[in-house]
Amino acid sequence: MSTFYFDHELKSAPGQYVMLWIPGIDQKPFSIADDDGASFGLTIFRRGALTEKLFEMGVGGRVGISGSYGLGFSINENTRYILVAGGYGAAPLAFLATKVLARKNNSVDFLIGARSADQLLYEEKLANISNLNLRVATDDGSRGTRGFVTEILENICKEIRASGEKKEILIATCGPEMMEKKVLDIANAYNLPCEISLERFMKCGVGVCGQCAVDPLGICVCQTGPVLKKEIVNRITEFGKYHRDKCGRKIFFNPH
Amino acid sequence: MLRTNFLGVDFDNPIVLASGILGLTAASLKKAVDDGCGGVTGKSLSAEPRPGHPNPTMVGMENYFINAVGLSNPGIEEGILELKKYREICSAPIIASIFAGSSEGFATLAEKLEDSPSDFIELNLSCPNVNLEFGKPFAYSVEAVEEITKKTRARTKKPFSVKLSPNAWNIAELAKAAEAAGADAITAVNTVSGMMIDVRLRAPVLHNKQGGVSGPALFPIALKCVYDIYEAVKIPIIGTGGVTSGEDALAMIMAGASLVGVGTAVYYRGADAFKKITEEMEQIMNEEGINTLAEIRGTAHA
Repeated sequence: MSTFYFDHELKSAPGQYVMLWIPGIDQKPFSIADDDGASFGLTIFRRGALTEKLFEMGVGGRVGISGSYGLGFSINENTRYILVAGGYGAAPLAFLATKVLARKNNSVDFLIGARSADQLLYEEKLANISNLNLRVATDDGSRGTRGFVTEILENICKEIRASGEKKEILIATCGPEMMEKKVLDIANAYNLPCEISLERFMKCGVGVCGQCAVDPLGICVCQTGPVLKKEIVNRITEFGKYHRDKCGRKIFFNPH
Repeated sequence: MLRTNFLGVDFDNPIVLASGILGLTAASLKKAVDDGCGGVTGKSLSAEPRPGHPNPTMVGMENYFINAVGLSNPGIEEGILELKKYREICSAPIIASIFAGSSEGFATLAEKLEDSPSDFIELNLSCPNVNLEFGKPFAYSVEAVEEITKKTRARTKKPFSVKLSPNAWNIAELAKAAEAAGADAITAVNTVSGMMIDVRLRAPVLHNKQGGVSGPALFPIALKCVYDIYEAVKIPIIGTGGVTSGEDALAMIMAGASLVGVGTAVYYRGADAFKKITEEMEQIMNEEGINTLAEIRGTAHA
């Protein structure tokens, strides 16, 4: 995993994505991990032909970028953000954390989970964001609390309910879909606002090819998402059940 | 005002979602109806699932759109499940699109659709982006169009339309051949073959290098094809290609189209492009004192 920086004014918002193209190989969507106005960063895993090639390229290498595309997370004020990250979802949520902490009277609880300490991504980068309340969970307890990151979320929600906290809350999540499903269930149970970044196979990015249309709404998440509010995701019956591959065939998720 | 009877089936309006745009799933097809389509055409189905070409597969420019998706689809079996699902959730007419590499392949797929809830079948024998895979494109050969149509006719009772290519110099002749061989309708046209080169990269933008051009640039080409075909055949025409406004749609009908395919317009005018187009049609019809589409169908030939 590496974060690649590009000197390009993108003017993007956390949760949006770009299409990264290496001619002759492929073009794929990548979530934006950083954007200071003058340059932006993409945190990328080495996985498949496109990313292999990218990792071989050095400083000064040229790729095609289009975007930014889609709708990102809400950036509010006077809000307690509770961000729940799994895997690569930490990158866009760290970008979100930086943006919201620059706004008036916000706080951020950043919850991140992994199987074990050595699989924990982005921890160092998160530690460098000041005023971030970082909470870590690992399945084996090798870092932070033992258990799932969603258990930390549930405890925080319980505390909020018990204390009668009046501050606006916004839960935002990005990560493996089964984790996101759990986050949604908790947000529903505690009646708290929640925004979810949904990953579906995308080709065009502009609502034309229909590859990323979700059941039963038929909306293209490339354009109406990828970040969707709880109320919409609650109506997407395929969420947490299946997605579609590049042929359009249904692929079912394995239960956690 | 816009109601159209096409081969005995009633459409609330003549705008049909063109094949290849959205329409991969039942839900996506239904959404196109909710967004204003009178009917829909599914993505082209093949015998086996296909992943299509790698990206970039689509690029949108101000006046044209170019794509080389490579006919990605989940295959006929899963495709039929989506058609069934569509029929459960939506009552607007649906055209199932199919493509194959041989006349036998087309006939076999059509046969498989016999019990599916599709109202019509469309034979996509004119995709410009898979030529290398399937050898000579059928859409330029009178003999190939004849053979595919004849074989398919023998194996299905469902009404079907043959989709032709604007690249064919003899498109009216091809339409005639399809009609004589038993086709119930003609869909005109598919995208026109094209290319786009990135000057900084000094290379074609589409992974497939060549692609099919749609959007506003295709409209006058498609309109002329429909006009020519209308003079050559008696069977109805689905006029498709670059229609983005109500004015375009009415021009297609004046050229002789019964239904009007709309696809790329969603890029230019948003997901509810269909509704915008039908509203504009009604407005112009009101201004011009036109009561029904039948009044103006083919009127440009007078």
